[in-house]
Formats: sequence, structure tokens, C-alpha cells
Amino acid sequence: MTETIVIAELSKGEINNTTNELVSAANLLGNSCTVVVPCTDSSVADKAGKISGVSKVIAAKSSVFENYDAAAWAEAIDSVAPSGIVVTSASAQSKDLAARLAARRTISVVQDVIAIEDGKLSTPIYSGKAIQNVSVNGDSVVSIRANTFAPADDSGSCDVQVIDTTGNVTTALQEMVQRASERLDVSEANIIISGGRGMGTPANFSHLENIADKLGAAVGASRAAVDTWDEIPHSMQVGQTGKTVNPNLYIAVGISGAIQHLAGMRSSKYIVAINKDADAPIFQHADYGIVATWEDALPVLSSSLSDLLA
Amino acid sequence: MVNIAVLVKQVPDTNSKIQISGDRVDLSSVKMDISPYDEFAVENALQHKESTGGTVSAITVGGAAADKVLKGVKALGVDNIIRLDYDGFMDSNGLQSIIAEEIIAGGYDIVYCGKSAADTGAGSTGPGIAERLGWASVSNATEVKFADALTVSYPTEGGDAIVSLNLPAVVSCDKGSIKVRKSNVKGIMMAKKAQVDVKAVSPPAASVTVVSQVMPPAKPAGKKFEGASSAQTVAQLLRDEANII
Repeated sequence: MTETIVIAELSKGEINNTTNELVSAANLLGNSCTVVVPCTDSSVADKAGKISGVSKVIAAKSSVFENYDAAAWAEAIDSVAPSGIVVTSASAQSKDLAARLAARRTISVVQDVIAIEDGKLSTPIYSGKAIQNVSVNGDSVVSIRANTFAPADDSGSCDVQVIDTTGNVTTALQEMVQRASERLDVSEANIIISGGRGMGTPANFSHLENIADKLGAAVGASRAAVDTWDEIPHSMQVGQTGKTVNPNLYIAVGISGAIQHLAGMRSSKYIVAINKDADAPIFQHADYGIVATWEDALPVLSSSLSDLLA
Repeated sequence: MVNIAVLVKQVPDTNSKIQISGDRVDLSSVKMDISPYDEFAVENALQHKESTGGTVSAITVGGAAADKVLKGVKALGVDNIIRLDYDGFMDSNGLQSIIAEEIIAGGYDIVYCGKSAADTGAGSTGPGIAERLGWASVSNATEVKFADALTVSYPTEGGDAIVSLNLPAVVSCDKGSIKVRKSNVKGIMMAKKAQVDVKAVSPPAASVTVVSQVMPPAKPAGKKFEGASSAQTVAQLLRDEANII
């Protein structure tokens, strides 16, 4: 009997669908899955009780979960989570927490797992230019990339046990600065449309935003675009020195497909490339390639999407 | 006087092509360089020293070949360069335990590191050693302001969090708006003569074993269309074939 402990992933105060994916992954690693829900209000945890394949839910209730503090969260979660294989999401915050939890238990952490087969864990190395398969002896903490495991459905039912917990907060939040843009961050989006230097000017990214608005997509950029134009912030950069993403759909516009960029987006489920150069390396990775200038192709794409989504 | 440590790692240049030989990555013909995010860690460490006074020690883990990355940061103005001499695979538990021991032995007040190394991409080392040391930490810092307490910005789901934290602490650094300095000839000449402080280490046994390293599965060839009007076909395929829109 191998115990697994899933740390629920929350967004905007609610358990999100990634948690169902974590339960699926956990059930490939063990045969008894406890979900720990870090929360300030234990009713949030009810949703975890409905996920199939969960044998126990612990609502870890504490005021420390109001704002993220790595030390306090690790301490509070560690005190309520049983021993076993701990499974977290591979979001930036949860990877940080995973590393803390593992260190606290003097066990190893394996980050960014994208596949589990016969107990072996696969993780991308060199930003996905290669895959490393590892086996782990004993307990560990494992973080799972979102969008790589099929989510467990919501047909289960198990009770929620509420445990009050606490931890020593070591950072003090002074201010939360809202992002200038209302748009989704590339690391959170299911669809991303990215522009490269081929866009010509940063102002032309408005054409990408137009399509992003139709699709509920985030707008990303290549390193070349970020390095060239101050108006394109590093937070938009997809690639080995930017963000690694795996959305359902990635649309690359005016991006040639440097190794650096491919490393950050090649695991996307579907890739569309629009480039005027028929020999651009990006086409080798595209499910659908359009050889045309973006000036010609984007208006057609935009109106076609409007028709389909009408 | 603040005793500052910065962790640096030598990794394949991010523009290099990775090849597999047998069931392991073959790095024999790959150009090695400092991991990109470590450059921001070094810059923050140097700016911290310039702002409050102190010393900066760069620490790496590796074999003799890793001295190159230490010389590189020495040329930028780091005071001491230290290599924990170990040239094999270590799991996160092993790596963090030898670094944490060195941080205690060196009596450091703050550790800067990159948010993740460009080879594993894991980002475990910073928060992991902080936990072992019982220190505060912030990961993915995009801006650091130096005073008795640090003020650090990092991105979160709800926006950019600005937090203060007291030393001792670990800060893992993202790119942000910081500009990294370049080395000059004088620095490079000085670095050539600098001695690397090589220390023997004995990590605990690994619980993680690398079974194999392989190329990512090749994607089946996609469909390529000529001309802008095909954008309509592609939009239709995204609905009918990919079921995305």
C-alpha cells in the first residue's frame, strides 16, 4: 500500500481542475490518495471530496494560507499531511512549495513530471530538448505539469476532515500590484498566441491581442521580440529563458523557431505557425502551418474564428 | 557587513542542440556556460554588496571543468570563488544537503541563486536549502531592494507581490528589469590568477536514480498550407480535427 498525498491546487480561492489531474497522477504512483487542501475556509475543500479516486480529504485550515509564504505553508502542510509520495502541481508557486516540503522531510523532489510509467517518472530536461526518466526509492515529493494527465472525474464522494494548522510566517506582504494588462498570463492560459520579431513593431502585437480576445488566449513573445522591444516585457517571453508552456493551442506568428523558443512551447498539444518563410524551423513542429505574411493571414484567421465562434 | 553567497551552475549554452548517445545525453561537444538566471543572481549579489557593504562568495558544485563559471563571475567582481568538488549525479536531497552545510560553515547571511538551472529546470535548490537552514525565502524574484530587511517583488496569480523579509534568507532570481554587468579586461586578468577554493564533499546516498535520457517523442508531420487564405482552413481544422475552438 503506497500512500499518496495530493496538495490541492487553488486558483482564485477555489480548487481548480489541475487538482483532478494531480489525483490521476497520484493514482499511478500509489493506491491510497489523500488530498490536502490548504485553506482559510474549510468549505473550499468540499470540491476535493467529489474527485474520484480520492480516499480522504484533509482541509488544512490556517490563516497562513491567506497569502503565500513558502516557509509557513510548508510547515503547516507538513504537519497535517501523512508520509508517503506527495504530489503537487508544477506551477511556479507549487514547485517552490514542493521543494520546501521535500527538504523539510529530508527526501528528494522530482519537478515537472510529464509522464508516469511502471513507477518511473519522466521529466523534461534542457527545457524539453530531452526527457529524463528516473526511478525513486522511498518517499518523495513530485510536481506534475498541468495539462499532461487526464483529470479524474467528479463522481466520487468522501468526507472532509478539517484540521487546524499553523506555521511561522517569514515574509510580510507589503503590496499586491495588479498587472497593467487584464490579459491572462502565458503560464495560466489554455491558448497562447505569440509574436516574434517578424511582427515588425511592438504596436503590431495589437493584431495578436485581437485574436487573443476572441479565443480567451494569452499573448506571448519570442526572446528576440522581448530583447528588441522594451514594450514587450519579459513576463511574455516563452522559451528556455522565459516561460515553459504547454497549452492546448499555441499559435506562433512571425516566429522562426529558434531552439531556445521551441524548448519552451514544443509540448503544446496543437501548434499553428504563421510565417512568410516556408523554410522556417517552426514549421517542422507545427500541426498546421500557414506560409504567408502575418499581415495577410491574421485578418483571415480573425474573421474565420469570428464565424466559427458566432 | 553582509556575508553574501551566490550559487552558480555551469550548463549547456541554451542555444546548443542536445544529443543522445546510448541512453544518456552527450554533452561532449556542447559549449558550457553559466546558467542564464544565475547571472541575475550574481548581479543582485553584487548590487547588494555595493549597497550595504559586505563580501560576495560564489559557490558551484562540480568537477574541475566548472571552475570556468567561477572565473567568469570572479571577473565580474565576486570576492571569493568556491567549488564543492563532486562530478556525479546527485538528487535534490544530496545537492541541497552539501550546499546547506557549506552555507552554515561559511557563516553567510543571504544566498542568491537563479530561479532554476537551464539543465534540470527544477528550481528546487533555493527553497530547499532555505528550508534546511530554517531561513525565509522568496522564489522567482524580479526585483530586490537592499536594506536591513530586503524588499522583493515576484509574480503571483493575483499580480506582483511585494514582500519584505529579514535576513538570513534565500532569494531565487528571475530576469526582471535588472541589467547584468559585463566583465572588463582588468577583471578577466584578475580572475585568471584567482584561486578556486576546492572543498571535498560527501553527499548522502541518492534515492533518485536516472534510468535513461531520451529524445522527446517526434511529432507526426503536420499539415502545411500556402497562402493567407488557408488560415480559414486552419481555423476549421482547429474546430473539426483538434476540437479546440
